Amino acid sequence: MMTNLNISADPQGSPVRLIDPLLSVEGLSKRYRSGDPLAVDNVNFSLGNGEILALLGPSGCGKTTTLRMIAGFETPDSGEIHLHGKQVTQLPPQQRRIGIVFQDYALFPHMSLGDNVAFAMRHIAKAKRPAKAREWLDLVGLADLSARMPDELSGGQQQRVALARTLAAEPELVLLDEPFSNLDAALRESTRKEVRRLFKAAGTSVILVTHDQAEALSFADQVGVMHSGRLLQMDRPEHIYQTPATSFVAEFLGHTNLLEGEADGEIAQTALGPVAINHHQQGPVRLSLRPEHLSLSAAPDDHGATIVEREFRGHDCYYLLEHHGQRFCAITPSHTLWKIGEQVRLEPQRTATVLRD
Amino acid sequence: MTRINSTSAHSQPASRLPRLLPRNVPLHILLPSLVVAAAMLVPLVYLGLRAFEADSATLVDLVFRPRNLQLLINTLALAAGVVVLTTVMAFPLAWLVTRTDIRFKRALTIMGVIPLAVPGYVMAYALIGLGGNYGVLAQLTGIQLPRIQGYAGATLALSLYTFPYLFLNLRTALSGLDSNLEESARSLGYSQAEILRKVTLPHLMPSLMAGWLVITLYVLGDFGAVALMRYEAFSYAIYTQYSGAFDRIYAAWLAIMLLAVAASFVMLDSLVLKRKLARVGTGVARPLRATPLGRARWLAWPYLIVLFSISIGLPVMILSYWLLLAPPDMSFFARVPGTFLRSAGAALPAALLAAAFALPLAFLTVRYRSPFSTLIERSAYIGYALPPLALGLAMVFFSLRTAPFLYQTLALLIITWAMASLALAMGPIRNSLLQTRPSMEQASHSLGHGPVSTFIYVIFPRLRRGILAGVVLVFVLCMKELPITFLLAPTGYTTLAVTVFTRTSEGMLAEAAPFAAAIVVFSSLSVGLLLTKEGK
Repeated sequence: MMTNLNISADPQGSPVRLIDPLLSVEGLSKRYRSGDPLAVDNVNFSLGNGEILALLGPSGCGKTTTLRMIAGFETPDSGEIHLHGKQVTQLPPQQRRIGIVFQDYALFPHMSLGDNVAFAMRHIAKAKRPAKAREWLDLVGLADLSARMPDELSGGQQQRVALARTLAAEPELVLLDEPFSNLDAALRESTRKEVRRLFKAAGTSVILVTHDQAEALSFADQVGVMHSGRLLQMDRPEHIYQTPATSFVAEFLGHTNLLEGEADGEIAQTALGPVAINHHQQGPVRLSLRPEHLSLSAAPDDHGATIVEREFRGHDCYYLLEHHGQRFCAITPSHTLWKIGEQVRLEPQRTATVLRD
Repeated sequence: MTRINSTSAHSQPASRLPRLLPRNVPLHILLPSLVVAAAMLVPLVYLGLRAFEADSATLVDLVFRPRNLQLLINTLALAAGVVVLTTVMAFPLAWLVTRTDIRFKRALTIMGVIPLAVPGYVMAYALIGLGGNYGVLAQLTGIQLPRIQGYAGATLALSLYTFPYLFLNLRTALSGLDSNLEESARSLGYSQAEILRKVTLPHLMPSLMAGWLVITLYVLGDFGAVALMRYEAFSYAIYTQYSGAFDRIYAAWLAIMLLAVAASFVMLDSLVLKRKLARVGTGVARPLRATPLGRARWLAWPYLIVLFSISIGLPVMILSYWLLLAPPDMSFFARVPGTFLRSAGAALPAALLAAAFALPLAFLTVRYRSPFSTLIERSAYIGYALPPLALGLAMVFFSLRTAPFLYQTLALLIITWAMASLALAMGPIRNSLLQTRPSMEQASHSLGHGPVSTFIYVIFPRLRRGILAGVVLVFVLCMKELPITFLLAPTGYTTLAVTVFTRTSEGMLAEAAPFAAAIVVFSSLSVGLLLTKEGK
């Protein structure tokens, strides 16, 4: 899918209120102990049917607490949670029809895989459960292991059983609490793809909590970045990456250059010279410019930037450069390589994003 | 696209007072817990009423009697002696059956628990009968032991039938220890002795403390062995005040002082256990590999033989000796089954009731931690720490005053037994709940199961072992229980323990023997049942 990266759509625009959202969260706040800072601080968002949302942030940012309040395991101090327009804030977890896959999977060790999955089917007649459980296990490719006990499975298999069990309850919404973090790197990527395909095929709505930005960007339709209990920004992955609202969002989603500049209309004067900015502004501004949007070329004289560090990464190459005492980073395709100490010309190729802070 | 408004929430000003009770404790956990705590207050109120019947002058005289200090010193010395001696008995045994390649582990484990079934007065009689001029040993072999009595006798007798409490705790802790901990310490260059001191012992501390607490409280309240050994401890003094001197006010004061001692031990325990020894990291705990004993075997087996021949062999030998010396009429044997049924008929419901009391309490303390829940949990120890005699009298008083329909009923006996032994049932149930991750219950809730079906299908299977262990511990205790039975059993409801005690105190040792044997055999069988179920 080709998307024009020079999106000039208004990032400060008013929220698009989904007309009939599956889930809407309003003013959610939670403090664990009086005197502590708020663990979750006035979080608002809504999620459409069939959408996958990733809540992304460093540990302790409040993303898991938010998830647990939606699931019903924590009571918010204030705020409301609506599912299908119905208030569920006071409902116990078992009446919410919201499924959750735990980080530790929480498979019942005294039940076989089939029994674990059948345990989720309260809405189905007892006699039909074993056959139906096999169908769900088949969906995750484990139908043959139905009689096994959870401790006889590998981590990846346990993860898939936990997923099948959650889906078997036919929930309105599935919550995933860092579900891929216990898998090794190779398995993680393939499982992620498979799980996403599964959710998309079933049209399931999902909220995923993670601290891995690559996971959030590749898995979700919407990414929300959280920091110290607040939801700083929520948007489609390509938008949030290209037009971050704050320097924290910009830096958490990947490498970036934070530039101070003086804006005059659509152009700002920065240490890298004039740079196009994404909307009309006057006066001092702070900009974010992604390293892959900088190009390097041979400097005609000694006035260019000096290459300080180089990290060859196969398909591309990451450089750290110094220019007038300021540091910049750039990522360029690896077909042209520069040496450490070389002088190069550093040129912005795309529009920089004006940050709010 | 959605934009986020991130102004700080204007939530209600948070209360500065620490919240006593977490808001979300479900009623089905909170209410039973409160009922238990309230029940535990009944004997306390009674003791208070009795104690303050006296006018202030007598009161000062009673409380500041020099004799009290002597009783306190004697009681503490006894508790300290028993704690040391039980540790010497239980630690090597627990280590041998969990960490070494010694043979017959299961049999050794069962034998390590059987002494629990021996009634204190039987053990004391056995020890007393062994030494002295006319002692069994002198009669059989001509070797004359000094008479076993007083401090040494009481310490030995109590240790011999309470060390299994410590053994059970240590065994669980040692077998649950993560071998990675010790192996990483070894790879960091620590010697075996340093590892024991710096890694293993700190992890065993909670179990050691729990075992020591149960044993100390048992010692404080036990009166059978202490009375027979003629050792002046609090519980013995209370007994003589009640039965001989009939000074109930002084007896109540002694009971209150004893309770204060017990409470300070409970507090001490919770202070020491402040430090958490949770497993960190997501790695899988690996079971420990058995250390080959090698030559140490020649030290281990004699130790085991001495331990078991005194703790099990001695009472069995004394019982058989009495039987052979003066075989009783066959009609006594015929009375054993009926008496056994009466004992078990009250002990089993009491054990089930204690477990039922312990479940909500354990949930409250493990899942909803707060100062309030800790307080409620600690109240479970009141019944166990009170001298059984004081507890029994309090319940007589309570039933006569407040609930006359309960007086002289089996129900009152069962309830009082459950109150007296609740602390024993709490331990294993709480521990097995601690090992069940809350995400299990939450997963079940998120799959649409309410509290009832979550309990039946998810929690109960995980707690089954803990509940069974709690039930057996209470059952064994009630089977040999004496003072409460004397006071509360309906007229004519003679249990095994009462029969044994009355026969022995009348000097009819041979007639007591079949009943005592029934206690030991059936309690041992239930202990055996507990340990065979455990392996599954």
